[in-house]
Amino acid sequence: MNTLIYTSCLGLFCLFAEIFNLRKLLIPAVVIGITAIFGVNYMEWNQGGSFYNDMLRIDHFSVAFSSLALVIGLLIFVMTADYYKNEQQHISDYLAILIFTLCGALIMLSYANMAMLFLGIEILSISLYIMAGSKRFDTKSNEAGFKYFLMGAFASGFLLFGIALIYGVTNSFNLQKIGEYVMNHDALTISPLFYIGMMLMLVAMLFKVAAAPFHFWSPDVYEGSPALITAFMSTLVKIAAFGALYRLFANCFMGTLTYVESTLVIAAVASLAIGNFTALHQTNFKRLMAYSGISHAGYMLLGVISLYVGTASALFYYSAGYAFATIGAFAVAIPVFHAMQNEGIDAFNGLGKKSPLLAALLTMSMLSLAGIPPFAGFLGKYYIFSKAIQGGHVTLTLIAVIASMIGAYYYLKVVLAMYTKEGNDTEIEVSPLYVMVAVFCVAMSLVLGLFPDVLMNLI
Amino acid sequence: MGETTLQAIPQNWYLLLSTFLFCIGVIGVLFRRNAIIILMCVELMLNAVNLLLVSFSAYANNADGQVFVFFIMVVAAAEVAVGLALLVSIYRNVMSTDIDVLSKLKG
Repeated sequence: MNTLIYTSCLGLFCLFAEIFNLRKLLIPAVVIGITAIFGVNYMEWNQGGSFYNDMLRIDHFSVAFSSLALVIGLLIFVMTADYYKNEQQHISDYLAILIFTLCGALIMLSYANMAMLFLGIEILSISLYIMAGSKRFDTKSNEAGFKYFLMGAFASGFLLFGIALIYGVTNSFNLQKIGEYVMNHDALTISPLFYIGMMLMLVAMLFKVAAAPFHFWSPDVYEGSPALITAFMSTLVKIAAFGALYRLFANCFMGTLTYVESTLVIAAVASLAIGNFTALHQTNFKRLMAYSGISHAGYMLLGVISLYVGTASALFYYSAGYAFATIGAFAVAIPVFHAMQNEGIDAFNGLGKKSPLLAALLTMSMLSLAGIPPFAGFLGKYYIFSKAIQGGHVTLTLIAVIASMIGAYYYLKVVLAMYTKEGNDTEIEVSPLYVMVAVFCVAMSLVLGLFPDVLMNLI
Repeated sequence: MGETTLQAIPQNWYLLLSTFLFCIGVIGVLFRRNAIIILMCVELMLNAVNLLLVSFSAYANNADGQVFVFFIMVVAAAEVAVGLALLVSIYRNVMSTDIDVLSKLKG
């Protein structure tokens, strides 16, 4: 609870800092602030409970996922110091909007009422529409922002219609009360409106996590947005939306999971197939990461499908592995793109010779994304797959294993470009901040891969 | 509680009307090419939901639904403000509000 309040205050502080001309101190202040909030969040571990008439509920799940969201935020804020060094006049706006995005994510991870789910999603999305379109004179960025806006607003309409129908049947927005309604009724006596509402909400949530067949916005938006924002979107939004989806099903729709299972299975298989096959022939790195994100959404959906065997820890571990690998990859890619003025995979040509450290860091991030031991990506897949088998989804797991083998090919394509292809001799200057972030992410991937118990037994 | 004016009409009619309005909104978003009309269709979708919430709320004598409508109105206003701002910056760059112009991102 305090986590959310302090994060909002930090966002307001950023807006006021501009009035008092504190721009120089702003980024260090935000980094220290987020670290302090991480501490506050840690203190809430055993002090859960419900707040404000059961609008928010803090439990182990929400504290663990909120910590991950804060760490992602922290890594991104460290990188803003270099990324926005030529845009000092807007820095307080950018930081404030990014912090409000984080607030939205925190709400989505601890809601106990449909109203908070809606508000969380909107706070997160509206901030990101602005950030996606934040390069005002770049048509691509404008286009990305507007496409994201249209698709997001469209999806919100479905979410709201779903919520309204469920309210009509149960007379409540409270997750627990809706959950009780489901438990107290036989599957056949639940009003059909409830099922329609649930499907509409599911469609909206699949939109937000960018799972096929509702994924088509994500490659365009990821490609057009500024690279740092792409890194933020591909990690924070996906994880917050999966946290929200898991919470929705675990607290509310548990009893009806078997009726939507086939829909979720279709979405998972489609995400795995479309994500991995379309990624094979991408030449733009950000688009590649978008399709990689779609396929990872497919793996994470496996965790939601087999929810009844208790997949919260596996999903959390997978999210952490995915987030560290993706941010690590972007921390290397951003300075390289900047130096080469090119966002294709060919920007990495010859990086192995020019900058062995960066190349090694990117290679390790890519191996983690591909799911190769000893990195966290491997164990994350292992835990999700074993839970799915425990839940009786053997065929689905087999499809996912095959998909992850295909996936390894396009991650290795980036690695091959760095070590086997000749590049031009443009100098690549890298701020130590990016190296620091990348080293931290790769180290976390390794530590989590070698000592999975740190996170696995949390929730 | 006595019967309110709203309850003079059967509940299913409200449901049908708002579903109908919602579908008009969805079809508009999918088929119209002008960005401003698409924005209006999104608003239509949200207002169909508002109507539905208010009617459910009136029939159940439960105020939660009407409070939710306020949240939707506030968020819709914020959303439209951001959407129009993005549209203005697009218009300055490409001098058009036709969304078919937005085709730089492909692959």
